[in-house]
This record gives sequence, C-alpha cells and structure tokens, in this order.
Amino acid sequence: MTTPAFTLERDARGRLVCTLADGTRHAGVLPVRAFPLSAPDQDVSLVGGDGHEVLWFARLADVPETQRRLIEEDLASREFIPTLERILSVSTFSTPSTWTVETDRGEARFVLKGEEDIRRLALGALLITDTHGLSYRVRDRFALDPHSRKLIERFL
Amino acid sequence: MACPSDRAFPRATNLSYFPPSALPPPMTTIPPPATATLEVDLDRRLRYARGRVELTPGALIDRTEGGERVWPLARPGATALTLRHSDHAGLGMLELLDGDRRLQFWRFTLDANAAALRFATQFEAVQHALLHGAPPAGNDLPAACPTCNAALPEGSDECPACERELRSPPSTWVLLRLWRFAHPYRWKLLLGISLMLAATAARLVPPYLTIPLMDDVLIPFQSGKVIEATRVAWLLGGLLGAAVFAWILGWMTTWLLALVSERIAADMRTTSFGHLLGLSLDYFGAKRTGDLMARIGSDTDRISIFLSLHALDFITDVVMLVMTSVILFSINPWLALVTLVPLPVIGWLIQAVRSRLRMGFEKIGRAWSDVTNVLADTIPGIRVVKAFAQEKREAQRFADANRANLAVNDRLNRTWSLFSPTVTLLTDVGLLIVWAFGIWQVSKGEITVGVLTAFIAYIGRFYGRLESMSRIVSITQKAAAGAKRIFDILDHNSSVPEPSQPVKIDKPEGHITLKNVGFRYGSRAVIRGLDLDIRPGEMIGLVGHSGSGKSTLVNLICRFYDVSEGSIHVDGTDIRRFGVSDYRRHIGLVLQEPFLFFGSIAENIAYGRPGATREEIVAAARAARAHEFILRLPHGYDSLVGERGQGLSGGERQRISIARALLIDPRILILDEATSSVDTETEKEIQAALDNLVEGRTTIAIAHRLSTLRKADRLVVLDRGQVVEVGPHDELMARQGAYWRIHEAQARRNDEERKAQADSSALPTALREAGA
Repeated sequence: MTTPAFTLERDARGRLVCTLADGTRHAGVLPVRAFPLSAPDQDVSLVGGDGHEVLWFARLADVPETQRRLIEEDLASREFIPTLERILSVSTFSTPSTWTVETDRGEARFVLKGEEDIRRLALGALLITDTHGLSYRVRDRFALDPHSRKLIERFL
Repeated sequence: MACPSDRAFPRATNLSYFPPSALPPPMTTIPPPATATLEVDLDRRLRYARGRVELTPGALIDRTEGGERVWPLARPGATALTLRHSDHAGLGMLELLDGDRRLQFWRFTLDANAAALRFATQFEAVQHALLHGAPPAGNDLPAACPTCNAALPEGSDECPACERELRSPPSTWVLLRLWRFAHPYRWKLLLGISLMLAATAARLVPPYLTIPLMDDVLIPFQSGKVIEATRVAWLLGGLLGAAVFAWILGWMTTWLLALVSERIAADMRTTSFGHLLGLSLDYFGAKRTGDLMARIGSDTDRISIFLSLHALDFITDVVMLVMTSVILFSINPWLALVTLVPLPVIGWLIQAVRSRLRMGFEKIGRAWSDVTNVLADTIPGIRVVKAFAQEKREAQRFADANRANLAVNDRLNRTWSLFSPTVTLLTDVGLLIVWAFGIWQVSKGEITVGVLTAFIAYIGRFYGRLESMSRIVSITQKAAAGAKRIFDILDHNSSVPEPSQPVKIDKPEGHITLKNVGFRYGSRAVIRGLDLDIRPGEMIGLVGHSGSGKSTLVNLICRFYDVSEGSIHVDGTDIRRFGVSDYRRHIGLVLQEPFLFFGSIAENIAYGRPGATREEIVAAARAARAHEFILRLPHGYDSLVGERGQGLSGGERQRISIARALLIDPRILILDEATSSVDTETEKEIQAALDNLVEGRTTIAIAHRLSTLRKADRLVVLDRGQVVEVGPHDELMARQGAYWRIHEAQARRNDEERKAQADSSALPTALREAGA
C-alpha cells in the first residue's frame, strides 16, 4: 500500500498543517497513535482539529522522511509517559498512597488512587495511572531494584 | 531542589528576540511586583523541572529553564498578545500567541492546571486593563480552590472537593481498628474474657495436683507405704471438680464470644455495604463488581472466623502461658528457665514469617477478587458470551484466574508448611532439655519426682499452646489482610461529599444555572467552560454526537459527579451545598436501559417512594401508559420481574421506569435517551407517557432522534463538551448551523431507511418470481 501524497509543515503557531493531494488544507492536525501501548510505531492517525481523521498510516516507517520527522517530533512533544526507574518511597501500603519515584524524566510524586489503577501489560510491564490520569510506565517490574520491587509487590 | 531560575544566565542572548526599540527597561531597577505567578512543573522537553512564569501589570516574564524572557504587554499599534490554554492526556499547555505566531509555550501536569487556568484569566484581565484602562467588569475572581479552581463555599477556605484527596489512612495496626465495631459489645466482651480467665485457671489446677499424687502417694507406696484412700479420693475429686468447672466455664466463654464476634462481623458487613452505597459513581466506575463482592462477602467472613475462634484461642493461650510460667517459676525457677529456652527462637520465627504471611494473604485476597471478577463479568454478559460462542474462552479466563490464585496460595504454603513443623521441632527439643535437666536435678536431690512430673505435665500444655499460637499467626495475618481491604472501602470518602451544613431544599422551583462548568474523566476533559440557564418548567433538548458530553452534563446535574471547574446552581444555590440524597429526591431520572430490581412490579414502581399507596402506584402506572399491559400479566401488579426484567419488553420496562419517576413527582426531570432502545410504534406509546411526565417540570432530555424533542422549548447543541448553539427548533433550522446539519443528516437517513424497507418488502416477491 502506498501512502497518498500529502505535505506536512509546521506553521508559525507551532501547529502541524497537512495538505492532501486534492489540495484540501487541514491546520492543526494532531498525530495520534492508535495502539500507544501494544504497537506504538504502527497505526498512526492524523486527526484534524475538528476531530475527524485526515490521514491514516499503517506503518510510520512508510511515511516519507521529512513528514515522519515532523510527526515524530510532534508526538514526542505531547507524549508524556515517564518510565519509572526507581520507587523511592510510598506513603502507605493502602490506597490512596503517595509515591515518590525516579523516572527517566526526573523525580516525581504522584498519588495512586487504588490498586486497580495499576494495569498489567505483557511480560512484567506495568502501567500506573495517577489521580490526574497521567500514566507512568514500568518496563519490567522484575528488572527493578529489590527495594522498588518489594514496594510495588505490595500493590499487586 | 534549586529553582533553575535562581541561576544567573546571560540575559542578552535571551532578549535578543526583541527588536532594540521594544526592549523593556533593564531589570536592574526594582522590578514591579508580580500580580500573578504560575509555577509550572515540567520543562519544554517534558522533563520534571520547576519553573515560574510571572505576570506584572506591564509584562509577562518567563523564568523557566534557567533563563528570563520578558514580553511587554503594552505594545502600541500591535495586536494584543493572547494566552491559550489546552490540555490533553493529563498534560497541560499554555501558549503565548502574538496573532498567529507562537512566542512561547509552557507545559505542566494537571497538578498545576487550575493555577494555569487562573493565570490565563488574570492575564486577560491585565491585558484588558492596559487596553481599556480598567479591569473588565465582573471579573474580580471569587475565592477559588487553588487545586481544582472550584468556587469555595462562602466563609470557608477549604474546598470540599479537594479536602478528601489526600488523607493517608493508618493501616499497620489495622486489626485494632476493629474495636470500632467491638465497642457496642464491650461489656459482653469483658464478661467473656473474665470467664475465660477463670476457665484457664481451672485448667491449670490438675497438673498441680499431680505433685502430692506423686510425692505423697505413689512414691511412698513404691517404698512400701500403704495408699491412703481418703487422700487419694480428695485428690481425684479435686481433679474431677477442676475439669467440670473448666468445662462449664469454657462452654460459656465460647458461646458468649462466638455470639459477639458474629455480631461484630455482621455489623461490619452492613456498615461497609452502607458506606459503599454512599460512595459516588466514579468509585463504582473504577472498581470491579467482583472485587467489591469479595471484600464485603469473604473478607468480613474471614474476620468473623478470626474473632470467634482464633482471637479467643489466642487470648486463652496468652493467659495460659503467663499463668503457667508463674506457676513454673514458683515451683522451681531453674527448671522454669530451662523450659523457656525455645521461646525466643519461636518469637524470632514468628516475627520473620509474619510480614511475609500478611503480604501473601493480601495477594491471595486480590487473586480471589480476580476469580470473582470473572464471574461478575461473565454472568451478566452471558448473552454476549453465548452469542459469540466464547464459553471456552471465559472458562479459560476463569481457569487462569483460579490458577493465579493457586500459585499465590502455593507460594504462601511453602513458607507456612515449614513454619509449623519447625515450631513443633523446637518444642520437642525443649521437652528433651527439660527431661535431661530434670533428671539431673532429681539425681542431685534438688527436686522430687512429683515436681518433675508436674513440670512435664505443665510443659506439655505450655508447648501445645505455643504451637497453636504460632498457628494463629497465619490466621491473624489473614484477618489483618481482610480488615485492610474492608477499611479500604470504609476509608474512602465519597467524591461527592455531603456538605457540613446542608442547605434545606423543600420545594425547588427547578431553576438550573450552569456557570463555566468544566469536567474531566481522569485526564480527558469532557466538558469545558459550559454556561447554561434553564428556567423553571422549561424543557431543554440536548443534541449532539455521541461523546459530545450530553450524558456527562446530565450526570453533573444529578450530582453523580461533581464538576471539576465552575459550579451548578439550582434556585440560586450551589448544588454542592444541598444534602446529596435530599437534592436527588427532587430529580426524576429515566434512562435508556431501565433497571428493574428483583421484586414485584408495584415494588419497582414505588422504588423511589416505598410508602406510596396502591392508588398512587396505579395512578402513576396509568399516566405512564403502563397500567393496561400490567393488567395483562398473570399476577397484575404483583407479578415478579427478574434482575434484568426478563419477561417484559424494552418498551414495557421503560414505561415502568417512567411510572417510577412520575411517582416521586420530581421538580427536575431527566430523560437520558429514554426512547432510543425501542421501535417507532412503542416510541409513540412512550412518548405519550413522557408527555404526561414532562408537564410542568424542568426537563432535560437527551435524544438521538430529534423527533422526540419536538416539544422542547429550547434545544442545546453540544459539541466536544461545549455549547455550540441554543434556541428553539425553528430558529436553529433558520440559522442553518450545527443543529440544521444534524437534522438534515437524520432526515436523509430516515428517507433511506424507508426506502430500504420498501426494497426489502419487494424482495420476497422477487424471490418468488425467481423460484417459479
């Protein structure tokens, strides 16, 4: 499958502008990953400001270099799923519990509302959602240091 | 952490952006005081870093990422700067725009969201003041909560919504918190415990009597003396008496304490269920049914068993141990000391194993919840399971959950299986030591044979108690884990809190005002900056695509959730200031999927007003056009309807739920897609029923089919959480805007359907012809 011809550029407001082959221009399109957890690099959609899909890419790798870079840049500027590297402390083992953690984006504190906000993904990976709906990823809980693992085990 | 803006930074490079004429005066002079500051917690590359943005009467100063940039606000002849706020997936952004050009942006987590929104408002106010010389009218911000931006109740600076958020509950000595439930029974408990003390004491008499039995009767007999019959009779009589006494006391104690513990558990179950019902919808949205059922069902049961059997045993054991040690020491301190040798080791073992056990039992509790969750998912969805032929897969899911349960149990049992025999081994070794030490002492003539026998008899009990005490470790930890899960529910405060001083609401007029309402599910903003005024008795139709926030808006008006921003007023009072159930009593709700409880039809109609008379029930059913079909049922109004109302059609169930809403005679009526699950014919019936219901009440109706909203005074068109159009049908049609588009699309679809129907009715003829 070939991706239809289109151009993508960033305007002065920092928004992405997409012009399709038929000449229609969509300002403020947002690239969205359809499967951000299970297949992040495939199935990316460009959604227009009105909420309608403008373009669909089955594989990001098939997108021409320049456009892909813009898309990836935009995704990177909006994606915020810090990866948990170490759990420094938890305020209590029952919930709500305040966690102080070290992530790949610096030290953070968040409140875990309930045990069910820890979602198990495949192969020991976890996704923890805080009270504000922000997600934190644990790549492999078995690969964490013993202290962190002990703390997290109490919630699983 | 040092604030990055504290660091000195070459200012010139940062200011080079401004043309020389626009350069602000050098900041070496004392800067004007900031009218507002915003603390952001992320930098532009989305790493955690503190930064500050300041607003002074004349400029916006960015002090993030170790730099300082100043944008003067008063720029004669140029367009005004604007500050745009947006958020997505838990991440907020403020952008500083100069017309169509973005000058700067800041990122933050939702922790800073409310502050950012307020900052943007203040920015506008300052801009306005610069342009027009005065702050905009009516823009003095009311006292608002710093975290959620909700208006604070008058005369208070605590936000009712945020207060609950972070009260970390204590949990280590969670079993002691059971005292709250034991308190009403304290006298019975006290009596039970004193009876138990007496019983324990009685049980300690027999071994003591073995001393004279040995030393004064048996051993003298071996050395040729005659047995004194009366003395033996006295001693044996004493043994029997002690046994009978202990039996009676033991019986009374067990009965009394079992009685009390059963009641404590029952109270706990009732209290936790009552509390659970009081929690808001978002709690139920987040929790899974099976988990909650497991907590209230099996966890309370575990605690009950612990209290009735094991706690009693445990206290008896402790008392017994203390009393035995006292007796042992009074007979012979040295021998007693030797007896206690294994004790520290056992104590250490218990300590070592305890936390592991408790964690294990917590895990088992969760694994068990998963098992119940599969049941609670599958049974209500059984039609879907069967329709898609996924019985095997569900069975597999259950088997998996069960296996996980097995795995955690196995892991725990590994620890546990080693623990118990180890204690037994230790006590056996202890016994051996006492024998050895005793024989040595007897040989040296320090003690008599009788004393040694009594010791051995006591020690048998002593060690037996130790063993059973160690066994209780697991049960205690099991109960503690259960108690923790129960208190998790009890400690959870409703996110729709009851006001401390509720405003009375007797006869509301039904005037609803929504002021700048915002709401988010987790990180997703569902409703933003919504203003709406609904007059008493007015009927409002909510129109919009699915996901536009219609149902959410209705949920907010019912106060199933509290708004994240802004406020909702009924008759001029914030609905958060009414008592929750007091307020909801005035709201009638008819849902798309009517829910009927197990019970008779009459009970279901009278659900909102259990005291309603039969006449009232029939009148409501008549008005809801349900009367006639109810009469056709074999038991009329006494017919039973099942959990999901089996045996009744969708339209019939809907009319029962309309009757239910009619009976409570609410001032505010909410119809959430009340007719969308039924066919057009039934819809007409229901529509007639609804017309009766709507009369004279403030009504908010959601409907996909616009034809259902023909009676609405005004239509409100929602799109992605915002009001896009408001007005009566004709006016909106004339405007040819969003409503008109939806209307046209629907009219087209109706035409197509009609055509398709005509085609399909033509089909059989065509087939017949083809077959012929």
